[in-house]
Amino acid sequence: MRKQLEEIQKSALETIRSANLAADLESLRVKYLGKKGALTAVLKQMGKLSAEERPVIGQLANAVREELTEAIARQSKLLEQAAMEAKLAAEVVDVTIPGTPVTVGHRHPMSLVLEEAEDIFIGMGFQIVEGPEVELADYNFTRLNTPEGHPARDWQDTFYLTEDGSVLLRTQTSPVQVHVMEQQKPPIRIVSPGRVYRKDEVDATHSPMFHQIEGLVVDKGITMADLKGTLEVFVQRLYGAGTKIRFRPHHFPFTEPSCEVDVQCFECQGAGCRVCKGEGWIELLGAGMVHPKVLEGCGIDTDLYSGFAFGIGVERMTMRRFSISDLRLIFENDMRFLSQF
Amino acid sequence: MKLSRKWLSEFVDLSVSDKEYSDRMTLTGSKVEGTEDLGAEIQNVVVGKILTIQRHENSDHLFVCSVDVGQTEPLTIVTGAQNVSAGDMVPVALHGSSLPGGIHIKQGKLRGVESNGMLCSLKELGLTVNDFPYAVEDGIFLLQEDCTVGQDIRTVLGLDDHVVEFEITNNRPDCLSVIGLARESAASFHLPLNLHTPEVKGAGGNISDLLDVEILDGDLCTRYTARMVKNVKIQPSPKWMRERLRNSGVRPINNIVDITNYVMLEYGQPMHAFDYSCVSGGKIIVRRAGENASFQTLDGTERNLKPDMLVIADETRPVGVAGVMGGANSEITDQTDMIVFESANFNGVSIRKTAIGLGMRTDASGRFEKGLDPMNTLPAVQRACELVELLGAGDVVDGIIDVIAADIPTYSLPLEPDKINRLLGTDLSADEMKTLLQELDFTFDGEIVHVPSFRSDVRHYSDLAEEVARMYGYNRIPTTLMRGETTLGGRSPAQQARRQIGDLCRGMGFSEIITYSFVSPSCFDKIRMRPDHPLRNAITILNPLGEDTSILRTRVLPSMMEVIARNISYRNASAKLYEFATVYKPQEDSQLANEQVRLSLGAYGDGMDFFSIKGNVEAILKSMRIENVSFLADTNMPSYHPGRCARISAGGMQLGLVGQIHPLIGQNYGISQPVYGAQLSFSALLEQAGPEPQYVPLPRFPSVTRDIAVVCDAGIPVAVLEECIARGSQGLLKDITLFDVYTGTPIPTGKKSVAFSLTLRADDKTLTDGEADADIQSILSLLKSELGAVLR
Repeated sequence: MRKQLEEIQKSALETIRSANLAADLESLRVKYLGKKGALTAVLKQMGKLSAEERPVIGQLANAVREELTEAIARQSKLLEQAAMEAKLAAEVVDVTIPGTPVTVGHRHPMSLVLEEAEDIFIGMGFQIVEGPEVELADYNFTRLNTPEGHPARDWQDTFYLTEDGSVLLRTQTSPVQVHVMEQQKPPIRIVSPGRVYRKDEVDATHSPMFHQIEGLVVDKGITMADLKGTLEVFVQRLYGAGTKIRFRPHHFPFTEPSCEVDVQCFECQGAGCRVCKGEGWIELLGAGMVHPKVLEGCGIDTDLYSGFAFGIGVERMTMRRFSISDLRLIFENDMRFLSQF
Repeated sequence: MKLSRKWLSEFVDLSVSDKEYSDRMTLTGSKVEGTEDLGAEIQNVVVGKILTIQRHENSDHLFVCSVDVGQTEPLTIVTGAQNVSAGDMVPVALHGSSLPGGIHIKQGKLRGVESNGMLCSLKELGLTVNDFPYAVEDGIFLLQEDCTVGQDIRTVLGLDDHVVEFEITNNRPDCLSVIGLARESAASFHLPLNLHTPEVKGAGGNISDLLDVEILDGDLCTRYTARMVKNVKIQPSPKWMRERLRNSGVRPINNIVDITNYVMLEYGQPMHAFDYSCVSGGKIIVRRAGENASFQTLDGTERNLKPDMLVIADETRPVGVAGVMGGANSEITDQTDMIVFESANFNGVSIRKTAIGLGMRTDASGRFEKGLDPMNTLPAVQRACELVELLGAGDVVDGIIDVIAADIPTYSLPLEPDKINRLLGTDLSADEMKTLLQELDFTFDGEIVHVPSFRSDVRHYSDLAEEVARMYGYNRIPTTLMRGETTLGGRSPAQQARRQIGDLCRGMGFSEIITYSFVSPSCFDKIRMRPDHPLRNAITILNPLGEDTSILRTRVLPSMMEVIARNISYRNASAKLYEFATVYKPQEDSQLANEQVRLSLGAYGDGMDFFSIKGNVEAILKSMRIENVSFLADTNMPSYHPGRCARISAGGMQLGLVGQIHPLIGQNYGISQPVYGAQLSFSALLEQAGPEPQYVPLPRFPSVTRDIAVVCDAGIPVAVLEECIARGSQGLLKDITLFDVYTGTPIPTGKKSVAFSLTLRADDKTLTDGEADADIQSILSLLKSELGAVLR
C-alpha cells in the first residue's frame, strides 16, 4: 500500500502541475481526492492492514492528501494569476487618446480679479456693500464736495437722465460712501464694487461703462498712515509680497489729502519701458483722507472721527493682470476670449 | 503744461537731470508725464552758407553746392532741392551726423560727384511749419535766424532745451505757469526762488486821458487791469522769445501777440491785446451780452451770444468775449498804432459756460475756468509792458487802469500741528511744518497761516495737511494698520448666493459674460415685445453717446442675444453663457430706478435643447433648495417658441422663464440656429430659497422598484400624471422617475405612452411583493379614473 500511495502521489503531483485550466484541476481533485478517487480507494483497503501498519500508512495517506490538496490550491492560484494577466493584457488602452470632454464654464477675467480683491478686503474686516447705479447728482457730486458748476459735472462727461441734471448714471462708486455714512455709524469699513459710467467713446482704453471698487473706512483716529498700510497690504496680496508701491499727491474733490498709488512696473522693475511709458511706475488707484466737509455733510463728528477712501479701476487691474491689451475684449464676451480664463 | 527748462532756470538754479527732476516733482504733486531733450536726435548739424550753386553735370534735377560750414575749406554737397541760392544760410548735416528718426548721414558719391553732407529740410530736423512759419514744407529750410556759419543748429533753433510735460490737476491753475512750477520746483528741491519784479520805464502820456474802464457786472469780473502802448511796431519777436514759445507748444506770430502769450505762460494770467482805434468812445465796458447779441470772434466765426455771457464792449458793441476770445473788429493788424493790454480776472464758472456754449475752449478760457489769482493781473500787465520796451515793440503810455469791482478776500487759518499730525499719522513739529509751508510762499503771523492769493485751493486745515504731507513726502509717512474696534468683514447672504450660483453655472459649462447696461430702443422690437408692453417704458439717457446706447435695459434678453449673435458671427460652434445682469425700471414715486438683478442664461449648439436648459435651471433651483417648483407651458410669450416655453414659479411667486428663443428673434439678430435661454429673478430666487437642510436618517429597509407604462391622451402633461401618481399612492411611494414618452404604433393616434419608474419603501419594515403591488394598484386605479390613463 505504501507503494500504491507513493505512486498516486507522484503521478498526481505531475498532472496537477501540468494542468492549464481550472476545470482540469477540479477533475483532478475528483480523480484523486474525491469520494471515488484514487486516494480514497487506497484508504478503503486500510482494513486489511495489520494494527502496526495501520497508523503508519494512515499517516502517510494523510500526508499525501495534504500535499495534493496544497498542490491543487497552488496550481489554482497560478492559473488565476495567469488568467488576470491575460485579461489585463487584453484591456490595454491608448492612454494618449484624449479624455471624454467635459465642458466647464469660465469665469469672466474681471470677476476673477474683482472677487480676489474683495476677498483681500474681507480678510481685513471690510464688508461688501452695493449702491444704485442710477443716482442723484446730489450724492454723486454735491455731497462729495463737487458743487454745481464744477467741470466734472459737465454734460459732455456725465450721462444725465433728467433735464435739470439732478439724476444721472453715477460716474464713480464714491456716492456709496455717502449712502453708507447716512445709514451706518462708525466704525465703518466697506468696499463697494460696481458699474460706473462716463461719456467716453469706446476704444482700446476707454469705455462708457466700467467698474470700480470703492473703499471707505471711518473710525476714531484713522490716519493717512493707516491708508498707506491698508493699501500696501492690498497691493502686496494682489501682486506678491515684494511688490513696490509709491504714493503720489493728487487731487480729488472729496478727499484731502489726496493721492494716487503707483505700482512699480512689472515689466522693467522700475527702469522705464514701453509698458509704463518710461516712468517705471504704473498708476493703480486713487485714494485719500475723506474730506472733513464730506464727513460733516453725513453727520459725522470730525472732531472724533476721520476716515480714508479709495477707488480702484477694475478693468485696468484686469488688463494688467492678464496682459489684455484692448478694453473692448472685456465687453465683447467672445468665447475664444472667455475660455482662456 | 509744457515747461522749458531753460525758461525755468531763470527762476530756479537747478542742476539735476530730467529724470531726477521728474521723479522729485512727481512725488511732490506736479506729475511729470514725460520729458524731451529737443535736440537729442540731432548731432553734428551746423549752419552753412551757400557760396556757389551749379547744375550737376550728370543729372537734370541735382545741384552741386559749395557750402561754408566754418571749416578751413568749403564743402561740396549735392542736393536735389530747388529752393536754394547762393548766400542762403541753411542747416547742414555733416559727414557722421545724425537726424531724428535714427538717420545717419555719411559722405558719398552722387552720380560721380563727392557729396560731404546734406542740406536739411524742416522735416528732416523733426520740425514742422508750425514751428517756423516762414519756412517751406518741401524744400531746404532757409534760416532767417540770427546765426553764424558753423554754429550748432540746436542752439540756433532753440533745440538745446529740455521740455518737461506736466499733468496739472484742476485745483492748481497757478501751476499752469512757469512761475508757478518754478515755485513748486524751488520748494521741492529746497532752493531759492528768484522772482523778478517787472519794471516799466514809460514813455509819457497818461492812460486816463485815452481810456476809461467800467465793470457793470462785478459778479463775473472781479478785476480789470489795463495799460496802453502807442507807436506800435508789429514785427517778429526775437529768437529767444520765439524759442521759448515754441518749446512751450505755442506758435510764434508777431511781437505783440507773442508778448501776450509769453506773459500767459510765464505768469499764468491770460492777456488780451486789442486795437485802441477800434474802441469807440475810448471806453471799455465789462458787461453781460444781453439779448440778441451776435459778434464775430478773432477766428472769423460769427457767434450768437447768450444774454448771460460776459463781453468786453466799447460804448456801442462788444469787442471781445471775456476770457475766451477777442473780436475780429478789434484785432491787431499791421496798421495798428495803439493797443490796449487787458489783464483781467473773470468768474471761472461763467467763462466755462460761455466757452462750452460757444463751442470754443481756448487756452485762456481753460485757465480762467479753474479760477485765477486776482492779484496776478497787475504784475502780468507790467511784465507785458516791460517786454514791449525790451523788444522795442512800441512806447508804453504812463499810468495803469486797475478797476476792482469786488472785494478780493484774503484767507488765513490757524496752524494746528496736532490736528495735522492726527490726520497724517506723523509726528512733525510746528516748526517743521512752517518751514515746508514757507517754501510754498505761505506766510505766518505767529500761529496764523496766511494763504497766498494764488492758492485758492487751500481753505481748511486738511488742505494745509496735504501741503505739509506732499512736501514732507507721502512716502515718508509711516505705514500702519488700522487699530480700534474690530469689524466683521464679509458678504451678505445675497452676495454669497450669487457666488454659489455662479460656481454652479460654470460647473454646468456656462461661461460668465459682462454686458453694457444700456441698449438701443430698437431692441424691444427685436425681441418682439408688444407695443403696449410696460417694459418699453425705459429710462432714457438725455445725452447718450449714440442711439444704440441711449436707454437703460429693462430686460436682459437683448444683451444675451447680442453676445450670442457675436459669437456665432465669430464662428464659435457653441456657447453656454450666463450673466448676473441688472435691469433698470422707472419708478413712479422716485427719480431713481428700480434696479433688479436677473440671472440670464443663453446657449446654442453642442446638443443644447429645451430639456438641457430646463435641466440647468432645475439644478440652479435645487442648489437654492427651492421646493414645489412648477413649470407651466406659456404659449403666449412673443420672445419664446410658443410650444417650448415654461413659466417657472414656486411658493406662489414667479421666478422666471425658460425656453427656446423664438426663431423670429433669432432672425432679427441674424441667427439661424436654435437659441435657448432662461431669465430668472435673483430676488425671487433668494426669497424662495429653502433653509439649510437638516439630516434625515437614512432608510433602514430596502426599497422596491416597479416600472409602469400608461397610455393616456397625448395632451396630458407629464407633471399632471406625476401629481396623480403621487396622490394615488397609499404612502409607500418615495420617488417617481420618468423614463420614456412614446407616440406611434401601436399607440393609437392622439394617445401617448408614458413610462415611469416608481420607488416604493416603508420606513418600518421590508416590503412584501403583495404590499408593493397593492400600492401600485391604487396608483393605477386613480390614473385610470381621473385621467383615463391605462396600464399598457
